[in-house]
Amino acid sequence: MKLRIRTTKLGKVRFTSHRDLARMWERAVRRIGMPVATSEGFTPRPRISFGLALPTGAESVAEYIDIDLREPLSDDRIVGLPAELTAALPTGIDVLIVAERDQRAGSLQEVVTSCTWQLWSPQLGSGHHHDACRLLEATTLELDRERKGKRSTDEVRPMILDLRVDLTPAGDRLIAELATVGRGLRPSELARLAYPDIDPLDVRVLRTHQWTDHDGNRRDVLPCELPQPTVVDASPVEVLA
Amino acid sequence: MSSLWTRVEPLLARVQKPARYIGCEDGVTTPRHDKLPGGGAVAWLLAYPDTYEIGLPNQGLQILYEILNERDDAVAERTYAPWLDLTEQLRSNGVPLFSVDTHRPASDFDILAFNLSSELVYTNVLEMIDLAGIPLHTTERGPDDLLVIVGGHAAFNPEPLADFIDAAVLGEGEEVVSDITAVVRDWKRDGRTSRDGLLRELSKIPGVYVPSMYEVVYDGDRIVEVRPRFADVPATVDKRTVADLGEWPYPRQQLVPLTEVVHDRLSVEVFRGCTRGCRFCQAGMITRPVRERPAEQVRTMIRDGLRRTGYDEVSLTSLSTADFSDIEPVVKGILADAQLPGGCADTLTISLPSLRVDAFTVGLAGEVNGAGGGRRSGLTFAPEAGSWRLRQVINKLILEEDLYGAVDSAFQQGWTRMKLYFLTGLPTETDDDTLGIAELAKNCVAIGKRYTNRASVTVSLGGYVPKPHTPFQWFGQNTRAELQRKIDLVRTATRKVPGVQLKWHDPAASIAEGLASRGDRRIGRVIERVWRDGGVFQEWGEHFSLDRWERAMALEGLSLDWYVYRHRDEHEILPWDHLTAGLHKDFLWGDWQDALAGSGIEDCRWTPCYDCGVCTGFGIEHVVASPIAPAGGSQGTGQDLARGGEVPVTLLPARRQLVDSPNQSVSPAAAASAESGVTV
Ligand code: SF4
Repeated sequence: MKLRIRTTKLGKVRFTSHRDLARMWERAVRRIGMPVATSEGFTPRPRISFGLALPTGAESVAEYIDIDLREPLSDDRIVGLPAELTAALPTGIDVLIVAERDQRAGSLQEVVTSCTWQLWSPQLGSGHHHDACRLLEATTLELDRERKGKRSTDEVRPMILDLRVDLTPAGDRLIAELATVGRGLRPSELARLAYPDIDPLDVRVLRTHQWTDHDGNRRDVLPCELPQPTVVDASPVEVLA
Repeated sequence: MSSLWTRVEPLLARVQKPARYIGCEDGVTTPRHDKLPGGGAVAWLLAYPDTYEIGLPNQGLQILYEILNERDDAVAERTYAPWLDLTEQLRSNGVPLFSVDTHRPASDFDILAFNLSSELVYTNVLEMIDLAGIPLHTTERGPDDLLVIVGGHAAFNPEPLADFIDAAVLGEGEEVVSDITAVVRDWKRDGRTSRDGLLRELSKIPGVYVPSMYEVVYDGDRIVEVRPRFADVPATVDKRTVADLGEWPYPRQQLVPLTEVVHDRLSVEVFRGCTRGCRFCQAGMITRPVRERPAEQVRTMIRDGLRRTGYDEVSLTSLSTADFSDIEPVVKGILADAQLPGGCADTLTISLPSLRVDAFTVGLAGEVNGAGGGRRSGLTFAPEAGSWRLRQVINKLILEEDLYGAVDSAFQQGWTRMKLYFLTGLPTETDDDTLGIAELAKNCVAIGKRYTNRASVTVSLGGYVPKPHTPFQWFGQNTRAELQRKIDLVRTATRKVPGVQLKWHDPAASIAEGLASRGDRRIGRVIERVWRDGGVFQEWGEHFSLDRWERAMALEGLSLDWYVYRHRDEHEILPWDHLTAGLHKDFLWGDWQDALAGSGIEDCRWTPCYDCGVCTGFGIEHVVASPIAPAGGSQGTGQDLARGGEVPVTLLPARRQLVDSPNQSVSPAAAASAESGVTV
């Protein structure tokens, strides 16, 4: 049996890395005694795979994890699994939905073509976000960036699929859909282009969707009701919990 | 009641490894600062003066965290040394040191309590005191300032920190933290009047040393007297010791970090104390007597701990885990429990650190390894010295045949690599002894080649640093140059030997460690200078430089020759003589003389008491499930000594030896003994 799981990563836990996340999951599945299949070889590892890495510091309501089981779970257990896993994972990582994965489904890296992000900062107002949307008018956008220690100048305009401004309960935010195929464009890289006057390190980001392509139509990897509110700031409750 | 989180959060986007500073570990308790009305609860900020990765797994800190939070009148949170990048951010943004639990500023607490596991962290202690926003010197602090307390192994000579700390706790913290809490609680209730009055009250608690209540009288370089300032302040301070480990099954909820740390696994302490009597080993000397945890409790703590944490690795910790009376049944029990539903039999790894060097031990390691499904990692042995003669001097009574037996058995069971720990710069060490290290390594590889072509041995060489409260506290440490020369001897002798790799500690760091270990109050100004000069994270090779220390010594008109390289004589008043781990100075001196005569001493756990002073002095005794020495554990038993006696030993008269070889070797990592071990 193969599962695909959608989770959040919100609040303080946003500062953990992709590697950290892998360890958290390995412990969580052991804690609840999930019969996870293990890899072959000298040091067997549980068969858990993670989708596109979320940058350390970013938040998300659309993280995906694939887990292969060595024996099927009962329907009852599957129904209770989101709550069971959430309890075994750190605060801020909530399991939103657990689905059985088609045997033929591609890996997360293969199927996801773009992601939607929210960008905001205490230093940014509505006007900045509206200005940022004008990047769509450009026919070409060059960006100097460094990847794996290599500097290059890349044409990134094709990676920006959409930009708009949404009013959220926490104020206006930039909503950006960025392609993930090829070298992609990171939200922090977009922030450099969109808000040239502020330090990109001061721009907060939240991933809200990972999209797959079905004959030209994009679809959430696993659609689900998002937790309310979907805009998150470290609440006083969390801080003093 | 204030959280700094909203001010800390933007800074975390600018630092490496921000997960070090978020807390959120599994197992944390919700700190309740409002336990007593009007903020009457005593708030402890438990601090580890090194990075989160190193500090988080520290069991001592976690134990106190739980014990304090369980009390009705105390609350505890944790903090770790911020890395340089965050320190810079904190300073430039005016943000003080904060707790990782609820991100409260240090000033919200009553006590800043440091766990000192080594001496090279002293400059970090100063850094954290400064970041906490209180005056660096105790004399400048007022009633509203944090109380700075230190504990842990290095606190057994807190004199170099005397200018900066309000109190030091000697020995085990489980009980004394409650005594301190009670005194501070009453003081707060009575309106936080005089800080001096509080310190004086604290100085009456057994195990608590308040440096400012003592005056040190010098005659030139020498100390003539350390005298209490008041009649009700005790002349000597004894360490605290928990009589029965079984009453303290802590931590009950070991913290599981969200990010990678040095020991990322469950740890269960199986016993405390060690009486094998290795003379270089401060940990062994200051933690006597041996107190074993009941085997049943060990098994329960492991079973429940694995389930709760989700770890699939457990480490059975102690100074010499194979000496635990019930080691075999406990290991079998753990493996049986792992087979039960919800257990993790297929991936379980059991680590047995600090194992003895003998075939029995390797058998045990093999058993653990074969039965569990977990990975097989390295095997480590710690013969510590290159010749039987020198091993008698240091009382690490491992015969060459013990080592070869262990190594043979390990290769036979499929290990292909092992690590050997040695110290160099030990008392009476000659070049033959040093070269013996290379010889042993060579022979071990030769044994391995009988089983596999891949056989290899890594020699880890540390420069010996004499520590207070050990028989070697009188010994003049080898100079940096001498240590380097000895390391080079081994390097040359092993360079062309296939299968032998050599790693060594920086001898320069051993010198700074030696200075801080046996320093007196005057060294405080040196530590302060090194800190002001930017010398933090001195345990990190890339941040250490002996130049800073030498410069500071010169500016203070002090000399390394006097503090580090000089042999002390019997009648010298040592800076820590008024502090005691229970060992009589006579006993230590006698043991030092025996060492120089090359004569070993037995393990009093299984042989008659030789009255070192600890049990008799404190009215406690060994808690050991078996009165018989473990199978194969020849070291430290009578029979072993008899065999050892056959080895002809000729030594120069002790005194001459000391005078004639001023440049013996020294090494930093006496503490390495604690890390020597076997991981299965
Ligand atoms: S008092 Fe006796 S039994 Fe106790 S540790 Fe010392 S020598 Fe051993």
